[in-house]
Amino acid sequence: MQAIPDWFQRLYESTGLNFTVFYDSYDWNRYVDGLKMTLILSVTTILISLVIGAAGALIQSGPSKHLRGLVNGFVVIFRNTPPLVQLFFFYFGLGTMLPATETASGMREPLLNNVEWAIISLSLFAAAFNVEIFRSGIEAVPRTTIEAAEALGYTRFKAYCHIVLPLAIRVCLPALNNNLVNLLKTTTLAYAIAVPETLYALKQIWSESQNVMEMMLLLLATYGILVGVLVWLMHRWERAMHIPGYHR
Amino acid sequence: MTRPLDSGDRLPVLLPLRLHGSERHHRLGAGSGVLLCVGLVLLVSIASAQAGRVTPSVLQVIAKWAPLLLTGFAFNILISALAMLLGTILGLGLGLGLLSDWPPVRQVSWALTQIFRNAPWLVLLFFVMFLVPFQITMFGLRIPFPDWIKATVGFALPVMANVAEVVRGAVRSLPSTQWEAAEALAFTRRQTMWRIILPQCVKRMLPPWMNIYSLVTMSTVLASIVGVSEMLTLTAQVHAAEGGRPELFAPLYGFALLCFFLYCYPINLWTTHLERRFQTG
Repeated sequence: MQAIPDWFQRLYESTGLNFTVFYDSYDWNRYVDGLKMTLILSVTTILISLVIGAAGALIQSGPSKHLRGLVNGFVVIFRNTPPLVQLFFFYFGLGTMLPATETASGMREPLLNNVEWAIISLSLFAAAFNVEIFRSGIEAVPRTTIEAAEALGYTRFKAYCHIVLPLAIRVCLPALNNNLVNLLKTTTLAYAIAVPETLYALKQIWSESQNVMEMMLLLLATYGILVGVLVWLMHRWERAMHIPGYHR
Repeated sequence: MTRPLDSGDRLPVLLPLRLHGSERHHRLGAGSGVLLCVGLVLLVSIASAQAGRVTPSVLQVIAKWAPLLLTGFAFNILISALAMLLGTILGLGLGLGLLSDWPPVRQVSWALTQIFRNAPWLVLLFFVMFLVPFQITMFGLRIPFPDWIKATVGFALPVMANVAEVVRGAVRSLPSTQWEAAEALAFTRRQTMWRIILPQCVKRMLPPWMNIYSLVTMSTVLASIVGVSEMLTLTAQVHAAEGGRPELFAPLYGFALLCFFLYCYPINLWTTHLERRFQTG
């Protein structure tokens, strides 16, 4: 295992390409921690946004006019405003209004920290898109299928969970795929409120080691790989869920 | 025994995905619009109630600084328009590269498109901000690159890749008989592309192109992270100038949200409208 750090050390001495991350254990740990934070942010926001999206789509096809209007307003607002301003609005605007406790040393300890606000804000942003995507998937499910479920004694909620949503997800997977890739890319915004994710960690490293170019390349490669893995997973899922005979 | 199918009846089959299929959704009705305004006023009044009497109320603060903030917003629009212009020109070239007959050009264009589409906007922005020099000396002539120009280039890169995909998709969506007919009329490949294929694609490309524009506009606030003094930077400065009171955060950022919403929502509505019209027409 010593070969890799040695090779990068030699690369630095011979060419001046300074990939500190690969031979300096301190920088390596920071990078890995950043990567972990990016993964935590992505996975939690993807899951939460899917749940909110599905719930929103259920409400939108529901009977209550007020709830429908509410979901509609949520979708319209979150789709048409910049995610960064949303993040600032939540973190600075609402975060300072919430009650805060004091730690033993008298520091202000807010109810939700920056990581949690980033998760909330990014989830809501992606969920607004997911609602629309799920809704279009649900519209593709034929009315007769829902009637058949009703005839079998399913309640509206049960029919949605067991029949409509599974079919809808299969129809809208390509669009969902796009949105989740977008969400993964949007997690970099958490940098703005000092969440130590990959961009933040590498920015710290390049300000200390003066190796902007090398760390930029690493950053691009990192996100390239992350997006690649996500797309690969989604395609596998798409294939596994393929409905025989249904062609897009 | 079998019931004849009514002519207007939809077949009970799983339909293909139509993102903007239905008419009734995602339009702000009068009722929800009023609700939205009431909510906003309520939020502001709560904040101003907390502010007390000694300090000017939140609405006064916003009214006082609105001209400055709106200038910042206009700067955002300028950056977005320039980035879109540059990105569209580059993207058209890259899109034609994707459709090239010559494999090396196609592969290089494909790689460029993938890199710039899959990298986060913020990362690309950092890339351009840090790696492009602040000025270039050419033939003894110094060409300065202020930070906002660099930011514009940084936004133009992802736009380029997205426009390239749009161009490719639009050209691919044309029936191949168009190509064959042009060939039969002895058009060269270049003539076919420029005089037959692309003019027909403009209509198909317009809605996705407007979607990209809306995305760019919303991304221009990222420039505040790298120090361009656009609306969000100005908002933070205004907040500091007003004494950094924490209850001012929500109304000030709310004002920024409102500006972007009022600009992007009509674009979004118009895009949906065009999509629907082109779909049926």
